[in-house]
Amino acid sequence: MNGSLAASGAPVPSAEARGARRDALRGFALALPATLWTIAFFVVPSAAILVWSLFRREGGVLVTDPGFDNYRRFLEQDTFRLALWNSVEVTLIVTVISVILAYPLAYVIATRVSLHRQRTWLMLAVLPFWTSYVVRSYAWLLVLAPDGVVNRFLLATGFATEPVALSFNRGATVLGFVHFFVMLCTLTIYASLARIDPKLRRAAADLGANGLQTFLRVTLPLSMPGVAAGAFLTFVIAIGDYVTPQILGGNTELLMPQVILLQINRRADIPMAAALSMLLMLLVTAAYLALARWLTARRT
Amino acid sequence: MTGPWLRVRCALGAVLCLALASSPALAAGQINALVWCDHTDEPFLKAFTAKTGIKVNVKDYEGTGTALSLLEQSKPGDWDVFVVDSTDVRRVVERGLLAELNPKDFPLADIPDVVRLPEYHVIKGKMYAVPEKFGYNAIAFDKSKLPADKARDVATLWNPAFKGKIAVYDYYLPVIGQVAVALGKKPQTLTEADLPAIKEKLKAIRANSALVGDVTTSQTALATGQVAIVAGGGEYSVAGLMAEKPNLDWVLPDVGGIRWQQAIGVFAASKQKKEATAFVQYVLSPEGQAKLATSSCYWGMPANGKAALTSAQKKTLRWDEQPKFLAKSYPYPSPTEAFDKAMQDMWADVLQK
Repeated sequence: MNGSLAASGAPVPSAEARGARRDALRGFALALPATLWTIAFFVVPSAAILVWSLFRREGGVLVTDPGFDNYRRFLEQDTFRLALWNSVEVTLIVTVISVILAYPLAYVIATRVSLHRQRTWLMLAVLPFWTSYVVRSYAWLLVLAPDGVVNRFLLATGFATEPVALSFNRGATVLGFVHFFVMLCTLTIYASLARIDPKLRRAAADLGANGLQTFLRVTLPLSMPGVAAGAFLTFVIAIGDYVTPQILGGNTELLMPQVILLQINRRADIPMAAALSMLLMLLVTAAYLALARWLTARRT
Repeated sequence: MTGPWLRVRCALGAVLCLALASSPALAAGQINALVWCDHTDEPFLKAFTAKTGIKVNVKDYEGTGTALSLLEQSKPGDWDVFVVDSTDVRRVVERGLLAELNPKDFPLADIPDVVRLPEYHVIKGKMYAVPEKFGYNAIAFDKSKLPADKARDVATLWNPAFKGKIAVYDYYLPVIGQVAVALGKKPQTLTEADLPAIKEKLKAIRANSALVGDVTTSQTALATGQVAIVAGGGEYSVAGLMAEKPNLDWVLPDVGGIRWQQAIGVFAASKQKKEATAFVQYVLSPEGQAKLATSSCYWGMPANGKAALTSAQKKTLRWDEQPKFLAKSYPYPSPTEAFDKAMQDMWADVLQK
């Protein structure tokens, strides 16, 4: 028996048990603000979107009998299905390119630059974050214009005889996204690389591994959490982004955020927009679960 | 009680006072207006405040759907003045959002008959909004790349010679309306049976275009030389730039086209209807109309023919051609909810494929 008996006969908790309870209470108190925040700004809004997605707009009136009409409409109309497909395709392309470009940059900063200069390099790497997202997209339009810097270079060097159509297509959308997300991925990958103990690389060398083997068997596996975090953030932000495809893509293909806004802009069809948003959220959740599962499998 | 507790109470009191003072519904001498961005210029608003002592807080929106969503999230009485597309006045009135206006309070006689559009603004014999500004979703173009006679010919939009040189304004109502006019149909009498023919033409324009974009994107594409024509563009997209870029111009196609038109009204739940009405009167005055017509956000024709415009401004707005343009232009279609949905689906389909 851990507790002693008080005068009333009830067991008195031991100091250890009281400490455990105090710790549990402290833990609960510390977690409470974050939990309330998540409930208020994620769980409740998500539930509201789910409920709205079950309503429908009929003859200008909101019908609140729950049903799956909006989801049925999604399955029946090519435009919606294609938008989801386009979104997934563009986002995957952006994610892969961003990670491929960000990794070497992060690697150089983490392993080849002296500690006191790393901060300056990182600051330079995140410079694009300092400008407005919209302004940056319009700036790309000017760069890619027929008389923009790129076309002037192509014409001057003889690589092209007339201006090339560089903007208002998927390529321009991908470029605008990659410009932004390379920086984001650089930060997450750098954070992973910087945490790797240099002794591990030296130990690999002592055991006879060459530079490539050390990278492939030690550095790369240990930096994968950073790669995964960067890739996931890129996927989540890019798939829900409206600005870049709208400005740089020129509506040559519709992505999910554009189709969602089309429902709201004039007709205020919030239920259909909510259903499309739920589908997008499901996709992001699936991506997260797949990633989490993959990371767990790697650890075990 | 003294010490830190008193200071905390004082701070809380101050915050509460500030919150109450800035609360839209309670502020005295202030009205809140839900407007298009052309109503947000400081000189335009300050001139009214200087005259009346009433401050106007503005919130700009784009798209009636967005405005309705905003209103759904607001409390009755939060808003006093509403600027809305004429075509959507009925929709807004049916929701009980607008107050009846007294026609005698406004210079209706100075507004051209076709712009007054009672069928849009007067419902069951009661006037709910006054037309304040209009313009054309027609053709904006670069004179250095396209002769004016080609710009007046609507067939230019699907002429393969201009492939890749066209931007299309991404609002389906005026673009569908323009195509309907080109096909000899009246936008107001369109039915679902007309949509297949319109869709074919839209696909041809789509195939010819470099982009379909919002006002800013299509305007930027024209101004930077990426395209030579903006289908659905007009004075609203280039007039403000013409002083700086004289190669830009706009015109209504000879076959006719679509007229955008916005109206202004007072919210039924407004607690400051007198002040709100005073603002509407200011907007419709010659001074207010001139400022509104030449707003930094976008230009347009003043509804009031007596607007105090300079001759240079009138030239930019093609003032001398107005009688002809008005006779040949149609206001936006005012579709039923089901037909609107059908048009939107067709538009999305054209964009996607």
